[in-house]
Order: sequence, then structure tokens, then C-alpha cells
Amino acid sequence: MSVGLMTLDHRQHLSSPVQEMALTVVYPVHFVVNLPFEVVESVGEQASSRRALIDENARLRNQQLLNEARLQRLDQLERENIRLQGLLDSAYEVEHSVLIAELMRVDLDPYRHILQVDKGRRHGVFSGQPVIDAYGVMGQIDNLGRSSAVVRLITDPSHAIPVQVNRNGLRAIAYGTGRLRELDVPHLPNNADIRPGDLLVTSGLGGGFPSGYPVAKVTDVAQEPGHPFARVKAEPLAELDRSREMLLVRTRMRDPGRGDIDASAAYIMPEEPEDGS
Amino acid sequence: MTAPWGRSAWVILCSLLVAYALTIVPLPAWASAARPQWVALVLVYWCMAVPHRVGVGVAWLAGLAQDALQATLLGQHAFSYAIAAYLVLKLHQRIRVYPLGQQSMIVLVLLLMIQLIQVWVNGLIGRPQPPVDYWLAPLVGTLLWPWVFIAMRGIRRRYGVS
Repeated sequence: MSVGLMTLDHRQHLSSPVQEMALTVVYPVHFVVNLPFEVVESVGEQASSRRALIDENARLRNQQLLNEARLQRLDQLERENIRLQGLLDSAYEVEHSVLIAELMRVDLDPYRHILQVDKGRRHGVFSGQPVIDAYGVMGQIDNLGRSSAVVRLITDPSHAIPVQVNRNGLRAIAYGTGRLRELDVPHLPNNADIRPGDLLVTSGLGGGFPSGYPVAKVTDVAQEPGHPFARVKAEPLAELDRSREMLLVRTRMRDPGRGDIDASAAYIMPEEPEDGS
Repeated sequence: MTAPWGRSAWVILCSLLVAYALTIVPLPAWASAARPQWVALVLVYWCMAVPHRVGVGVAWLAGLAQDALQATLLGQHAFSYAIAAYLVLKLHQRIRVYPLGQQSMIVLVLLLMIQLIQVWVNGLIGRPQPPVDYWLAPLVGTLLWPWVFIAMRGIRRRYGVS
């Protein structure tokens, strides 16, 4: 039966052009469903009072100032880090350019943790691209259409992300559980040095995610003498169910470097730190 | 048989598009499990009412479109809808004359079967079992069937789809 063939075919991921075409064909439906929400939002913005806007502006300016101040220190640390890494002769990725994508208000399959965003191949998005928000890693691009893409969140049961404990560099893999505020970190021995409150960051192993982005905070470590591994639970830092805007990180390692991407201007390149050496 | 083929096709297509929109329109988290399978309901109606227009092929394509829409495995909905459409085609002359209550029971069986095939395919590709409230959708769909039926019949008569 042709349907069975289709299923098999898809399972082997042979049909990504077909998939892309399909997602592109149904884009109008997604767009139309999303439209009322967009309109309501923009009307709300138009109608919000001058007073509220001024307040928000002031608040954002303060925030900006704070962030600037922290960035200055970070810049200096990073430069120092690069210098030290240079001494050690290791490759270190300096900066990643990012693309801002917005969530589309459509419900996809409720039993998987996937979202749809309004950027696609047209904007230079590629499959497997890491997606982060202001607080941490959210997931990665799964299906890709011309002007939309499906993001698989790190909490999806079929997702795993290589992480390391920020405090001591202990490496592990964090699996999605299907629950929005919980990740599972299996296969750590009972005597592993991991404590509740530890920050898990991406380790950069596996090549999918660049290293150093915060992923989750360890919430619970249960060591049971009868079991070979400790049971470690972690809570994702990204606001998986609340973020409207997210950043698509363009990693250098997996960038497929196609020539036909004319939208690279859409990427915001963070300022290169001035060459102080 | 008075309406031109083109108009019938348009009406059927529009009803499917509305069903797609209802399928992905955001609902609050507590309600999302109870979202009925709109596309399946609409397909079952058309298969029953105009079996010479909407059959296994149309159902298969409609399912494929839903797979694309929901980013499920391509062919997953297509497969289950095609089977459901086949059953309806086989039984349409009987289902048509059933009272609404009895029709609802048939629809319940069809919807449950569609869900079951989804679970089965998901199991085959190694996705975890869905929670119990997964089975709420066919029940809600069944409860809604009389209204869907009456509304669709109204649409069919109004636009002379035959």
C-alpha cells in the first residue's frame, strides 16, 4: 500500500524536500489562523496609552543600561578566554549570528512539544538549527518550509541534548520527558558530582548546539543504592511555553553554506570584539 | 445532480479548509486534548452524503494535508482517513438512514479507529504512549456529530452539493 510506503519512506527521512513542499503548501492555512492574533496584538499596541509606552520605554532603557554594564565585563572575560584558549591552541567559537523568529499562534500536535515559527528556508534557516530564547536553549529546527519552520523543544520525548555541568564540566545528556518543566539526565553514576541547583550548559559535543548556552537547572538528584545510575531531574531555563520571540543561532559548525541564501542580511551579527591584542 | 461539478468541489474544499483551521486554532491547554477531529468529521459526512465525489482518494489527500499541517509523520493521518473513508463508502447507504443517535455510534467507532491507527503508527516509530485524555477527542467528536451533521446538511442543501 502506498501509504505504508510513505510512512516507511518518511521514517528514514528520505523525503525532506517533500516535507518542505508540504509545509510550504499548508503555510496559508497557518498564516490565516495566526492572523487574528497578530491583528489583535497590533491593535492592542496601537491603543496602549502614551503613558504606558513611556513607562515601558524607561524600563527598557534601564534594562539596556544594566545589560550593557554586564556585557562590558563579559566582553573582557571573553577576550581573556580567547587569549587563553589561543595559548592552548584550541578552537573556540567567538560569536554566533542570530536570527529573530516569532512564534506563530497555531496548535500543532498536542502530544509532542513542537512550535511553529515564522522563519523558513527563505530566511536562511536550516534543519537542526539551535533555537534559544533570552533565558536558555529552547530546542532545534525540525521541519522546514519556505517561510515557516517547526521547532522541536528540548522537552519533547524524542529530543536529547548534550550538556555539561557548568560548575565542574561533568558531561551528560539531557532527555526530554514530555513534561514542560522537566528534563531527564540519565546514565550518571551514583557518585557523580552533581547537586540540585547546578547549571547545565550545552557542551557542544555532537555538533548540533554550540557550547556554553544555558539549558537547565538541576532540581533533584536521587541516589538509590539499588540502581546503577543516579536519577537526575532538571528544569529547563528557557520559557518554553511563554516566549514569543526566539533566536535562531547560526552555528559555524553545521552551517550548510549554501550559496543561494540571499537573506543573510536578515541575520544580526553581534559586534565583533575589537582586536585588543 | 443539478449543481455544476466545480461548485461542489469548492464547497467541499472550503469546508475542509475550515476544518483545518479549527484543527490548529490555539486552545487553552486544558481543552486541547478534547479538540475533536474536525477534518475526520467533515470527511465522514461528505463520504456519506456524496460518496461519488468524496472517497478514499480525497480522504487520503486530506489526511496528507493534515499531516503537513500538524507536522506529524507524512501519511499517518492519510492512512487512517483512507481506511475510515473506505468503511463509510461501504456502509453509506445504511448510515444515511440511521437516526442521528445511531449514526453517532458509527461515528464514534470510526473516530476511535482513527485514533487507534495514530497510536499504532506512533508506537511503530517509537513515540511514547499518549495519556488517557488522548481518547477524549473521539468522544467529544461523537457528541458534536449531530450538530456537525445538521450544519453540514444545511450547507449541502444551501449550495446544492450533490
